[in-house]
Amino acid sequence: MATLLLIARRFGFLFVVIWAASTITFFIPRLSSVNPVRERFAELARLGGYNPDDLERIVASFSKQFGLDRPLWDQYVDYLGSVLRLDFGYSLNRYPVTVTELIMQSLPWTIGLLLVSTLIAFLIGNLLGAIAAWPRAPGWARSFSTPFVLFMGVPPVLMGVLLLFFVGFRLKLLPLGGAYSIGLVPEWSWPFAMDLLRHQVLPALALILGSIGSWVLTMRGMGITIQGEDYVNFAEHKGLRGWRIFKDYYLRNALLPQVTGFALALGTVVTSAIIVEGLFALPGVGTVLINAIRANDFPVIYGIVLFITIAIATIMTLMEFLYPLLDPRIKNQ
Amino acid sequence: MNVEQVQNTHPELVSAETPVLQVQNLEVTYYTDAGRAKALDDLSFSLKAGEKLGIVGESGSGKSTLALAMMQMIKSPGRIEGGQVYVDGTELMALNAEDMRRSRLQKIAYIPQGAMNSLNPVMRIGAQMVDAVISHVENESKAETKERCMLALESVDLARGTFKMFPHELSGGMKQRVCIAIGILLQPQVIIADEPTSALDVVTQRQVMETIDRVRKKINAAVILIGHDMGLMAQFVDKVAVMYAGRLVEVSTVRQMFTDPQQPYSKALINCLPNLDNKGVFQGIPGLAPSLLRLPGGCAFHPRCELARDICKTSRPEPQSDKSGRSVICHLFDKEAQNEPSS
Repeated sequence: MATLLLIARRFGFLFVVIWAASTITFFIPRLSSVNPVRERFAELARLGGYNPDDLERIVASFSKQFGLDRPLWDQYVDYLGSVLRLDFGYSLNRYPVTVTELIMQSLPWTIGLLLVSTLIAFLIGNLLGAIAAWPRAPGWARSFSTPFVLFMGVPPVLMGVLLLFFVGFRLKLLPLGGAYSIGLVPEWSWPFAMDLLRHQVLPALALILGSIGSWVLTMRGMGITIQGEDYVNFAEHKGLRGWRIFKDYYLRNALLPQVTGFALALGTVVTSAIIVEGLFALPGVGTVLINAIRANDFPVIYGIVLFITIAIATIMTLMEFLYPLLDPRIKNQ
Repeated sequence: MNVEQVQNTHPELVSAETPVLQVQNLEVTYYTDAGRAKALDDLSFSLKAGEKLGIVGESGSGKSTLALAMMQMIKSPGRIEGGQVYVDGTELMALNAEDMRRSRLQKIAYIPQGAMNSLNPVMRIGAQMVDAVISHVENESKAETKERCMLALESVDLARGTFKMFPHELSGGMKQRVCIAIGILLQPQVIIADEPTSALDVVTQRQVMETIDRVRKKINAAVILIGHDMGLMAQFVDKVAVMYAGRLVEVSTVRQMFTDPQQPYSKALINCLPNLDNKGVFQGIPGLAPSLLRLPGGCAFHPRCELARDICKTSRPEPQSDKSGRSVICHLFDKEAQNEPSS
């Protein structure tokens, strides 16, 4: 019963978070006075013929169709309905493509890149940080983390540009951009998978190289605290092998706060991903979001931001349920 | 009786039984930025199977360093400069790292001050016992290992259910008894208990000490009890060693130590104990323990010693033993004049 109540409370909280985030997302793009429909057709009008009356009529009819002519409050209520249905209708800019289609096309790219690169950075960074703080590790292994701490200061964009220039352009080791080679058709085949992977290496590196350093530093700090703990000393008194002490007594305890950090990192890495996706011309959510913001394509902005919010808030909630499994001292109350 | 109070620095006096633990000329130095600090200074003693030695001394006198040195767990900037530690005939200092690892817990076990956090908070008690066993014992089935752990838990008066519990679910005294259970898993010949009762209330202290005594009898191990609670020592140990500036300045039986201490520092320590005759009068030892970085010449205790003579300032005293087996480091000690207290 208590557990049920707890779960209900946590999910209630999740609901409030999503509502608050979606409300903020609704109003911020509306602060600008730009009418996205007008912008779109004004551009078309500049390219083709020019008839101000027709333009006004087209804008009016489209605004009516998208409901942009109604009071903001009514639009907000409609919007909350679409939040609940998780359906934001059509893209203003790329009508008649729906928002759901846009997200579904771009999402796999982003999730693949983000999840894999965050996970790799987490694993490498924490292992290096743990080794850097472990007094019995050989010197060469402990100094291995130093370059990554230096890379920490380089933003992912700059890292991406450097990688593009040196690895992609000068050495011609890896492709310069795109999700896969032009001319290939996506299919379930070995050559296509390899091609895909080759295209993901540089963007992933741009994200990974810079973020390993912060894992190293936080883990090293934790590691230094943990290795002074009595239970680590007692483990040595017990005559355990070094590897077992490292793994079960030292790493296991030092990793606890880092797991929370992992969930938080997933949230912040979205920002870097948008930039990196743009840089490497990847068809991910970030690229779609940037284009939508440029065009004031409200429905697409709403859809993507809400999706990211729900994803991160859900991960956080799941973490809270996962944590007592990692640390028995923490019980959900 | 007194023949059995075996001599520390003169192993040749041991005739009947060979000691199970022999520490000879052990020296440990800490190389700090401020200079070299000699934490153990040419320290020797020995213990027979089943014997209980209490080591008392002020903070910084080298008690814990002695325990760590015997386990060969002195960390940088400390270094073991010399000496031998024989456990049941094996010279520990000559072992390589892997053999020394195997000797820990199997030959010489260490019981930490476990009330606080000597147990890994995220592992079950059972897992922390099993990993100790499988690190030393091969070809034992899982069921046998588990049964071994269960028996150890039972021998310290803990329920079998403790095996499945986490440390935070236990009280301080229970955690301490888990540490004792871990210490006796492999039936070592020597058990070092480093302040096993600090941070426990007096009732629990007594229970813990009785537990240690019971398991000692069971496996006939020699026990070294490190602490500064003289009262606890008096009830529990056979011999008391007083440590000062890295040396055992007096080693004698409990009775000798409390009725007729010989070394001026141990005399002062005993006088510090409150007793009913001079109730309300609190006595201390004047001065401070010397910094190991700048030890006084001659006898390290001479600046605080009321009886200090010229020889104490210039010449370093060596351990001397009398017939009863007590060993004293003091120029004023006359080993011939001692009257053995009847026991």
